Amino acid sequence: MQNYSVFSLARNALSNHQNWRQAWRSPPLKKHYDVLIIGAGGHGLATAYYLAKNHGIQNVAVLEKGWLGGGNIARNTVTIRSNYMRDESIPFYVKSLELYEKLSQELNYNLMYSKRGMIDVVQTYPKLRELKRRMLAMHLHGSTYEPIGVSELRRRISPLTGGDLESRLPIIGGMVHTDAAVCRHDAVAWGYARGADDRGVEIHQNTGVQKLLRGSDGSITGVVTDRGKITANKVALSVSGHTTTVAETIGLRLPLRTFNLTAFVSEPLKPLIDVIVNCPDLGVYLSQSDKGELVIGGAPDSGQSFRRDIKQNVFEESVRSMLELFPSFKRVKLLRQWGGALDIAHDATPIISKTDIPGLFVSAGWWGGFKAIPAGGLTLAHLIANNEQHPLSEPFSLKRFDHLDFVLEPATTAH
Amino acid sequence: MTSQLRRLASGGDIDRSKIIRYEFNGTRYQGYEGDTLASALIANGVSLTARSFKYHRPRGIMGAGSEEPASFVELLDDDASSSQPITTVLLREGLRAKSVSGWPSLKYDLLSINQLITRCIPAGFYYKTFKWPNWHFFEPSIRRIAGLANAPKQAPTKGQYESRNWFCDVLIIGAGPAGLTSALTAARSGARTILVDDGTNPGGGLLNRTDKVNDKNTSDWITSITDELDSLSNVLRLQESIAWAYREQNLVVVTERQPAAELLLQRTWRIRARQVILACGAIERTLVFANNDRPGVMLASAVQAYVNRYAVLPGKRAVIFTNNDSAYPVAVDMIAAGIEIASIIDSRTGPSNAMRELAGDIEILTNHIVASTLGRQRVRAVVVQSNETGNPRSIPCDLLCVSGGWNPTIHLFSQSRSTLRYNDDLAAFIPHEAVQACECVGAAAGEFELGQILADGIKVGARAASDCGFKRVETSVPSTASSAPYSIEPLWQVNSSETSANAFVDIQNDVTLNDVHLAIREGFGAIEHVKRYTTGGMGIDQGKTGGINIVGAVANRSNVALRDIGTTTYRSPFAPIEFGAIAGGRENSALLPYRHTPMTQWNKDFGATMYESGARWRRPGYYAKNGETFQETVNREALATRTNLAVYDGSPLGKFDICGPDATKLIDILYTNLFSNLKVGTGRYGMMLTEDGRILDDGVTVKLGENHYLMSTSTANAEVVHRHIQHFLQIERPKWNVWITPITTQWSNATVCGPNAREFLSRVESDIDFSADEFPFMAMREGTIEGIEARVFRVSFTGELSFEINVQSRFALKLWERLFELGEPLGLTPIGSEANHVLRVEKGFLSLGHEVDGTADPYDLGMSWIMSKKKVDYIGKRAVEIRRSVESPRRELVGLLTDDPSRLVTEGAPLTPSGRLEASEGFVTASVWSVASSRSVALALLTNGRSRIGQTAHIRLKGEIVPATITQPCFYDADSLRMKN
Repeated sequence: MQNYSVFSLARNALSNHQNWRQAWRSPPLKKHYDVLIIGAGGHGLATAYYLAKNHGIQNVAVLEKGWLGGGNIARNTVTIRSNYMRDESIPFYVKSLELYEKLSQELNYNLMYSKRGMIDVVQTYPKLRELKRRMLAMHLHGSTYEPIGVSELRRRISPLTGGDLESRLPIIGGMVHTDAAVCRHDAVAWGYARGADDRGVEIHQNTGVQKLLRGSDGSITGVVTDRGKITANKVALSVSGHTTTVAETIGLRLPLRTFNLTAFVSEPLKPLIDVIVNCPDLGVYLSQSDKGELVIGGAPDSGQSFRRDIKQNVFEESVRSMLELFPSFKRVKLLRQWGGALDIAHDATPIISKTDIPGLFVSAGWWGGFKAIPAGGLTLAHLIANNEQHPLSEPFSLKRFDHLDFVLEPATTAH
Repeated sequence: MTSQLRRLASGGDIDRSKIIRYEFNGTRYQGYEGDTLASALIANGVSLTARSFKYHRPRGIMGAGSEEPASFVELLDDDASSSQPITTVLLREGLRAKSVSGWPSLKYDLLSINQLITRCIPAGFYYKTFKWPNWHFFEPSIRRIAGLANAPKQAPTKGQYESRNWFCDVLIIGAGPAGLTSALTAARSGARTILVDDGTNPGGGLLNRTDKVNDKNTSDWITSITDELDSLSNVLRLQESIAWAYREQNLVVVTERQPAAELLLQRTWRIRARQVILACGAIERTLVFANNDRPGVMLASAVQAYVNRYAVLPGKRAVIFTNNDSAYPVAVDMIAAGIEIASIIDSRTGPSNAMRELAGDIEILTNHIVASTLGRQRVRAVVVQSNETGNPRSIPCDLLCVSGGWNPTIHLFSQSRSTLRYNDDLAAFIPHEAVQACECVGAAAGEFELGQILADGIKVGARAASDCGFKRVETSVPSTASSAPYSIEPLWQVNSSETSANAFVDIQNDVTLNDVHLAIREGFGAIEHVKRYTTGGMGIDQGKTGGINIVGAVANRSNVALRDIGTTTYRSPFAPIEFGAIAGGRENSALLPYRHTPMTQWNKDFGATMYESGARWRRPGYYAKNGETFQETVNREALATRTNLAVYDGSPLGKFDICGPDATKLIDILYTNLFSNLKVGTGRYGMMLTEDGRILDDGVTVKLGENHYLMSTSTANAEVVHRHIQHFLQIERPKWNVWITPITTQWSNATVCGPNAREFLSRVESDIDFSADEFPFMAMREGTIEGIEARVFRVSFTGELSFEINVQSRFALKLWERLFELGEPLGLTPIGSEANHVLRVEKGFLSLGHEVDGTADPYDLGMSWIMSKKKVDYIGKRAVEIRRSVESPRRELVGLLTDDPSRLVTEGAPLTPSGRLEASEGFVTASVWSVASSRSVALALLTNGRSRIGQTAHIRLKGEIVPATITQPCFYDADSLRMKN
């Protein structure tokens, strides 16, 4: 792999950057691979990377309908955190953050990982009670969460001038999650793609999977793509909102529903807020990107949908919620907004699992799956390689639906 | 104060009698009414108006409208706002503005040293470096130099925003020639018509040109149309209004910048239209060559606008660089205004004779290109090169007009999910297939010839109206001088020996041709990758003038046709919109309405601390008396209930009147326990599950009559339960005859409780017999209390003798006050939700959000009796059975008594084996100071808890392990004799 550093940058500047190599190859498509991964998003690429790196499985192809990194990794709000509630979830996200923190070095690619912390702005007592419960649960697994007073909270988030005692929902306290971070979302896809490619994985863009194939013994045998049939011993599905539609091509039904979630950014502003601000009682959260844009997310549209459209009323409620706490943003301008499709399991907890079809694996149900990419890839790769769950993803098996043993993670929904 | 040396003596759409004073970057200037900040600065010869985002290169004004890619300002004082394109700021007396970048000044910008290291910081350079020790180390300093304007420090102090919903038959976006004729035709047919236009005045492109329509000056023709439109009652015209989002089902969102209402800052319209006509015109492209960003380089159409509309001269000696015909008429207008044109550089081999004729004496260098511009903070010459010989030649000038052709403004069309296609003749993406009821017309549809545009407008307007069911009305096509058809040869980039390091494809984000080439070289060749890797097209202008040039550059480099590359996704908003305008007027209690009970004011007057208690209700938490601590208050209130007499306002409880022939069946299937054997006049506690066997809600339902019930739910869940029932009835049992009426706010209640409750109520004037024999536990009695009709339920959430007196809400306060008149001598104490919480924990009663946390089922809570064995089915039955069909450890409800009786642990604290830092085996669901036991008590869900009663559990806090004895989950009156007595 061509090394990236300030020195290689300077050296290449001398040759006017004519000698940079492709970040990943565009090899010819083969007829067979050991493992096929459908979907070159964060989870698919990370899985390919760890398959090659940790398990020495290199005859792997990642198939992507469009351009790599073009799914939900291209349209999320880059919040990385581990303030979950359940014992089943917390260690998984703690691991993900641990991997993220070293990832720029490991991938030799600057993901702009910025561990700036998250502050929850709390406006009701039930929420405060829930967050204190989370705080103590997180502590069991080595994740940080500390209460913070209202004046300190206002000092650290200076534009937070709303929510005073006279307002509809006064701020009564807050929690600080110091482990939380943001990072450049596209870079995560690109970094993993480059790392996987370097280890022999092939990434095939513009290769849409039309159908999954199974053999006479019922196990997976490959896929049909718009570039022809490809056989494989194992196939992993990581296509977020479209998991159910791809699984249906082989008659597999999964306990998932697809929803639309939107996000938006403001115009770039001079530095204003240097933490992630989450307002759970109003259902809105924001952070400021390095470019200066406020990146804002709200609640999903409660109706099931495969669209990437924006529902005006849902969007407006998010804006109003933000202005309740940040009234000075009334004059700040919306620059761009977008939607994405999320597949949500009945218990709002992810699925990393074998399926009823031998050789077919699935990683789905990610709501806020960006933060989970390293751990999701690590554990799915483990599952594919060993045919058994990684301890961290054990609770996320489809088996839990056999007896409705839901994980019911309330912290999923807070983004 | 400088005078306006670059202003023409006559002409233009400005009012010279109205002088306006303003300030830019600390210098004071004058302009006229009708000016924008851009035109007023040009009038004063100001050419350096900005510094660029990354390299801090000098920049000037390039456009004349919202497409402006180079110059952004921040308004100060009352107008304080973040970045605005300099071309869209209307001049106003006292306006103060400053450029968003350039420190200490525009002229001497320290960060312009970035230009020296341009080579070291190509696109994506930060992905390759700043990794050691970590990015966060570099981040603060990089953030400081990023960003554009400062955010305003406060919300606007004068005025507010509002929003409106509106409906119409035909909505037309854009009041240029196509939009005006469409609107007139639709309006004449009788269709409800709305015409939205972004400009200060209607007319669109006509305003900047000198065409004649129907032998009139364009301005007179425009006025004749708008006068007629304004005279029709079925027409609404929104000027200075930008349509910025096109949603599903023909919803278009429009924000009006200057609504004619006092103290109204902006108004947003959500317009749902049966037919939408997009007449948004077209936007001119820049051309890509070295130093194409220097102040003095301007879009040809912008120069035309400045000369004709604002009567200002952006330069004295100009060169025009074009690849299409549209720049030729501009040359004519420039000469008329007195600008010397040194040369027209046309990249094509042969412009038409018509164009040559138009150019008259002007030198035309065909098959030539501009290779570069020279100058420092302003163009002073251009380097021109022949495509054949490659020989460069320098032409002195202070203005370079560029025209790279025209892009139809298809942003809204694309937002509507409709598809685009590339048109070779126009070298542009044009509308293809509409997926909603909309149509593009005029330049937006790729038609650039005025006569045809006017005719098409009429055709499309008539079609839209007739699609809405209105009769076609004849509208004659206005006459115009015929013009030659538009012709262009694409020139996505100039091929020259000059370095492409300074050839900008995205001027705002400082993206160069080199950056695009680097992206492709490194594998980021997909158009979305190019955008994301270089940030091209992601600025405030959203690549309006440069975006397609990036597609062209990729096409050139990768040898792929533009049609196969396509564009990146067009996203709302079309132009940046203030969040205040999006939110409209709804804030605070208009956004989150308060729900009050009739007793709210009384409660506040009595000193209640009010809490949000779910479903937007506010309830008294506790009524502190002077000098009491929180705990003292709660203890006093709880003790009063246990020993004497208390009352609480239980009005927010969800209440539903359920009746109809199938009402009993419905109740029986909603609850897990049997209700069909309930007698009229009695109630029963019931539990509801979701389809997947989770506890949804609990509460008492009373049988008022045959097939007539009153269901009560928890406060926070009333809406959820209602949705649950409606969903069940509408989807699962659509044929059942049941009516559900939410009556939560129609009935209020005062719940009188405590050992002396019966005695107290016997003193109240009533025809109800409160004696134990006549009014048993779980009975309901109707009668009058103090002359008020009431339904009294004998139910208890406190564990004491308790009567819930329900009256119609309008009488509730009267009842409440009367109860206090009578009860005060007896020590009647109002209690809040905190005391209620203590009382229910002592008794081991459930609370949603505490014990019922989504994971526990009724068995876990020790309530196996509530799961009917007799009923064939109820919602959630099968799911619970499936879940319990395998043996696995469950978390069960238990009580906890901390070894230290004074120790009150945090609610929610986990229980872990021996208190170790590992996965929990349960958690404390509630923890209170018990007045009945004079010690702390807690409830918890604990793995296999019931079999561990008597053993020790360990509560794990952050720095401490608190041991506690596991007990039954009830600390008071285990046999419930007190409440049932």
